Amino acid sequence: MTEFSFWDILRNLLLAARWTVVLSLVSFIGGGIVGAALLFLRIGGRRWPRLLSRGYIQLFQGTPLLMQLFLAFFGLGLFGIDVPAWLAACVALILWTAAFLAEIWRGCVESIAKGQWEASASLGMGYLQQMRYVILPQALKVAVPPTVGFSVQVVKGTALTSIIGFVELSKAGSIVTNATFQPFTVYGLVALIYFALCWPLSKSSQLLERKLNVAHRNH
Amino acid sequence: MSLIAITEVKKRFGDNEVLKGISIDVAPGEVVAIIGKSGSGKSTLLRCINGLETIDEGSIVVAGAQFLPDEVHLKALRLKVGMIFQQFNLFPHLTAGGNVMLSQMVVKKTPKKDAEAVARKMLDRVGLAHKFDALPDELSGGQQQRVAIARALAMQPIALLCDEITSALDPELVAEVLAVVKELAAEGMTLVMVTHEMRFARDVCSRVVFMHQGRVHEIGAPEDVFSNPRTPELRQFLGVQ
Repeated sequence: MTEFSFWDILRNLLLAARWTVVLSLVSFIGGGIVGAALLFLRIGGRRWPRLLSRGYIQLFQGTPLLMQLFLAFFGLGLFGIDVPAWLAACVALILWTAAFLAEIWRGCVESIAKGQWEASASLGMGYLQQMRYVILPQALKVAVPPTVGFSVQVVKGTALTSIIGFVELSKAGSIVTNATFQPFTVYGLVALIYFALCWPLSKSSQLLERKLNVAHRNH
Repeated sequence: MSLIAITEVKKRFGDNEVLKGISIDVAPGEVVAIIGKSGSGKSTLLRCINGLETIDEGSIVVAGAQFLPDEVHLKALRLKVGMIFQQFNLFPHLTAGGNVMLSQMVVKKTPKKDAEAVARKMLDRVGLAHKFDALPDELSGGQQQRVAIARALAMQPIALLCDEITSALDPELVAEVLAVVKELAAEGMTLVMVTHEMRFARDVCSRVVFMHQGRVHEIGAPEDVFSNPRTPELRQFLGVQ
């Protein structure tokens, strides 16, 4: 029987952690793009896109991420389409992230005082001009801390993709445990690596909140 | 020929009729004060003139442009009448200069250099040329309101609507804002202002409109309205018996 050193375990986990990072980045960036599109539908003037976007957000916020992963992975399989685990993981996480980011950002846009809309309207600006030059620059500032804070949820959310067989940090953890029979060491390390990824994000969210609030203190 | 013609305007919020058929004509260069209790519909009327509220009946014509609730007509209307708000509503992410420049560049497509020149001129006009680079946060309430006036003036409106523009200010800051308004009036700017500054209304305005429960209750020259109120409602409002 092969002996595994501590270094062997750590090295394998770190290699797998790369996929956690990649998956997080893809989900976050993809989710950001889809979320921005949802946001504009959600706050735009037209009724049907607004309802559609709201329905989407409620659906994805109201069901477990795990179910969404299963549906993406097995659901399409029922139609004879073979979905690789990495693709199902990316798609499900992007759609899930988008729903939450759209809702976070909607709150940020709506936190901008009504007077800003009225003042810019009274100066003759149209809806897109108001958005582009007055509302979004202020809303973005408000949005940075919660958005960075939510990225922590995305990183932790990637752990669920181990269940459909995508080999990221958690999946690697169980594989290594099966080979080494040292669950405490292995999962301890897994937890530490997650913490090392998430803690800087939470911390920077806090710092950003404090820093950006200074410029925003009167509003 | 009146500059702002308000004819039989009615406005409802749900079942609550806040404007019950208002007709006022404002001539070019006139300074009209609208007074009345809160809830009398005076702010709503002002917001209707600028298209911030739609009207249910009647018509509002500003310098020949009819108020219609679509973006093209609204924009045409808003280029003619500027509006100043109780809460200043400066854009907090832009400097004083940036506030005055933004709509010129975005709406009128004025080149940045020209917009800046206009902004400096307008800020100078309200006595704040030295605050060009200050952020709204760094200005007092009175200064913020003067920047808001400069911002509206930069669009070269033919009339200004002032919605209780001194009500959110500390008493000591009211005078500096009113001085600017007085100067504008002297230069011939058409002004329609909702105000609680009775002395100012008496000194500066050419006509005073007293609104009560969604109607124009009394209208006339300030000396008549203030010295000779004809209805019990106005007498009560003015506190004279």
